[in-house]
Parts: sequence; C-alpha cells; structure tokens
Amino acid sequence: MNAAKFALFVACLLPLARLFQLAGGPGLGANPVEFITRSTGSWALILLFATLSVTPLRRLTGIAALAGYRRMLGLFAFFYASLHMTIYVWLDQWFDLPAIVTDILERPFITIGMVTFALLLPLALTSTRAMMRRLGGRWSQLHRLVYLASVLGVLHFWWHKAGKNDVLEPAMYGAAFALLLAIRLWWWWQSLRARR
Amino acid sequence: MLIKRNTPDLLPSEITPRQVYEGRRQLIVGAGAGVALSAAPVSVPIACAQKISDQRLKTVPSPHSTNEPPTPHQYVTTYNNYYEFGTDKDEPAVLAQGLRLRPWTVSVEGEVLKPRVFDVDELLAMASLEERIYRLRCVEGWSMVIPWVGYSLSELIRRVQPTGDAKYVEFTTLADKNQMPGLSSNVLEWPYVEGLRIDEANHPLTLLTFGLYGEVLPRQNGAPVRMVIPWKYGFKSGKSIVRIRFTRTQPVTSWSRAIPREYGFYSNVNPAVNHPRWSQATERRIGEGGIFQRKRPTLMFNGYADQVASLYAGMDLRKFF
Repeated sequence: MNAAKFALFVACLLPLARLFQLAGGPGLGANPVEFITRSTGSWALILLFATLSVTPLRRLTGIAALAGYRRMLGLFAFFYASLHMTIYVWLDQWFDLPAIVTDILERPFITIGMVTFALLLPLALTSTRAMMRRLGGRWSQLHRLVYLASVLGVLHFWWHKAGKNDVLEPAMYGAAFALLLAIRLWWWWQSLRARR
Repeated sequence: MLIKRNTPDLLPSEITPRQVYEGRRQLIVGAGAGVALSAAPVSVPIACAQKISDQRLKTVPSPHSTNEPPTPHQYVTTYNNYYEFGTDKDEPAVLAQGLRLRPWTVSVEGEVLKPRVFDVDELLAMASLEERIYRLRCVEGWSMVIPWVGYSLSELIRRVQPTGDAKYVEFTTLADKNQMPGLSSNVLEWPYVEGLRIDEANHPLTLLTFGLYGEVLPRQNGAPVRMVIPWKYGFKSGKSIVRIRFTRTQPVTSWSRAIPREYGFYSNVNPAVNHPRWSQATERRIGEGGIFQRKRPTLMFNGYADQVASLYAGMDLRKFF
C-alpha cells in the first residue's frame, strides 16, 4: 500500500474515530444511539458518492492512478453501511427478530434501507481481484447495481426526513448523485454520437 | 438583559450549573415539606439558596407527579422539537434565545362568556403553581421525565366561562418572522395550531405551563407559557401560546393538516397503533444509560390510562388516532 492509499485509509476511518472519541464524553448528546445511527448512515452515502466520483475525476483530470482508490472507497461505503445496519439491529432493536421483520414490512423507509444494504452486499463480496477475473464482463454488469443502491439510499434518507417535511439534506445528496449520473449519461450519449 | 438574535452560542450565564438546579430540586422538595407541615406561605431561605437566578418560581408539589427520576436539565433544554427555531433538535436552544418574552399576552376568545386578553404575568399569578413531574413521550419514539411548573388549564377555563357550544379548544403558537428563523421554511403552515376536545382541556392533568426544573421556561422549551398534555404525543403540547380559542368544531391542527395520514387530532400515546414510519411499541428514555441501554415499553396513554382512559370510552382509538 502506498502512502497516498494509506492516507486515504486513515481518512476514511476518521468518522468512526470521531464517534469513539465522542462516546468517551457527553459528546453523543441526548440520544446517543440516534446520533451514531445518523452519522454512520450519512458517511455511508458520502463514501458511496465519493466512490462514484472516482471515474469522472479520473477522466476529467486524466490521472489514471485515481482508479486505484475506487475499491477502497467503495468498501468503506459498505463498512459504514454495515455499521449503520448493525446499530439498528443491535442497539436499536436488540435482535428482536419479530420487531425487525414487522419494521421491514410496515415501514417503507426501513424496507428501502434493507434493500439498499442487500444490493451493496454482493458488490462488496465481489470486490476482490479474483472475483473480478472470475466474473469477467459480468462483473461490470453486476456492479451497475451501485446506481440502484445510490437511488434507494437517497430515497431511504429522504423518506426518513419526510416526516419533518424537511428534505433539504437528502435533496443535497440526491443532487450530488444526479450530477454524477448526468456526467455519465453525457459521456454515454457522446460515445453513441461518435460511433454513428 | 440584551441578547443578540441568532447568537451562535449560549451565553454562559444562561446555562444552569448542575449543582444549582439539583440544589434547587432539594429546595423545592424542602419547600413542599414545609407547606405540608405548617401550611404557612413558602419562604425559601436565601442563605442555602446561594445565588440562584431570579427566574425561580415558587411551587407546591403535586399528587400527579411521577417518582421516576427526571431527565437531566441539560437534555431537557438542548434536545427540543420547536420548528419555529429550526428542525434540528439542537437548534432551538441556540436560535430561540432572541425571543422577547415581555410584553406577552394570551388572547382567550371564541365560545366563552368572558373573552379576554391576559397578560402572561397575570396568568402566572392566577393560581398557585405546582410542580408536576410528568412523563413526556415524543411521537418520534423517545421520552423524558420533566418537572414542569404550572397549574391545570381548567383554572383558566373556569374563569372565562365557556358557552354550551364550546366543544373544542384551539391553541395557537406565536408566529413572528422577525424572531423565529424557522418560519422562513415551509416545514409546516404557520402559526402552529394544536387543539383538544373540551373535556380533555378540562382534565386536571392538562397543564398550563410556565416553568421547568423550578425556573421559568427556557425559550427553547416554549416560554413564556405552553401547554403540556402528558398522555398525548409531545407535539400536541403547543409552545409559546398567544391565543386560546374555544370552538364549536374540531380545530384543524398543524400536523394533521400537513400529513393527515400520519397525524390524527387525538394523538394519544398508544403502543398498539404504530406511526406509519415507526413502531410506537417502545421508547428510548433520554438520559438513561449510554448506547447499550435498551428501550423501554411504551405504556397506554403514556402511563396515565387510569386517569384519562374514561375520556375515550367507546371510541375506536385506531380510527381516532
């Protein structure tokens, strides 16, 4: 691992380190479980979009080496999503399976959150070089699920905040994703035109 | 005291040190014992009061109080839903500090024989203030135990003499763009309106509230006067009240207007009727333990079923949620 990669690795751990630091004092506030749930959820989305920024950045800057950071960012997005999920199952629901099942069936934003996690899981599992080789062309197809996971991730956040009729924050995440998608669609359209 | 609007930090002088308010709690308990023993007017010895602010209210204890440990003052005053000052829970404690509390009037109007505009200081002196330690259950699934200061709303209702047509009571919160930065957002339609059926309003537990922890209400908690209806979800308890109107028809309350499928008029705490986006079966008690603290089961009518269940006899509480 080179120095830049190591720095990125450490940087991606900072949000978690901050939570541990806050947990040492009163810093997690009146509702600590709510705080760490929201924090890990936000960081999962941020890192997911950081992952999706790598390819556009690479093409715009021409720095080919950027591609080498994509997997780590993606895995950290999954890491924070896993923490988010673990906090819900453990510290919020205390492994109460019937309650969790009811939650998934009756609360759309939980349903969507679960589906999002389910979509990210195969991506994380097939992130190794060996899996890339084994899947060949199907690897890229499979990993297009990241777009669906992004849409659902934002929707999960949106639906959660909709109760306060206050969707500014999820709208910002939505805009970030829309931009990342728009760049790709533009390039795709350009390539179609060039082929003609 | 001059306080700048939108000041980013609380003034240190506005934060009550823990020793002070805990000391005050003992004072209140002591004062209550004094009343029980002598029935003499309560006087608090200044010597043991140290330097406590002049915002302190004289109270007598109430049989309606729970003996559960109160949620720490720090959380009661920093974890607030008060959208007129922002939708994040830590915003009101900062953004409400510019709210002017005097002069303040409450217009009592509608189906009453004696409509009147009351000065808030007049309301404060209208009946003896009680300390009522109530459970508060928020519709979001968390709860607190708060030592409120106030008296039964029925004391006020009695004085204005509702007509036979007064079936409901509507409570309106101040809506002043100059003082309330949250009003610039369209989260809800302003002003915030809540309401009760007249028998609910007259119930002794329904508290016209002026203080908490023995002091006048902090701005973020709904100063200078608010409602507290402990068997209903917290949003039913309107803050910073400027109008109390007695009506023939059921008031259109802010949340039921915004999202009628999710928020009904009654909004009684009910573990059996889930909110569409979360279960109401359990609740997280704020200030109780750390991240490994389990949630506690939510009680029907927030534990006040013995007192209030009869108000809803024969009603389908799933339909009238």
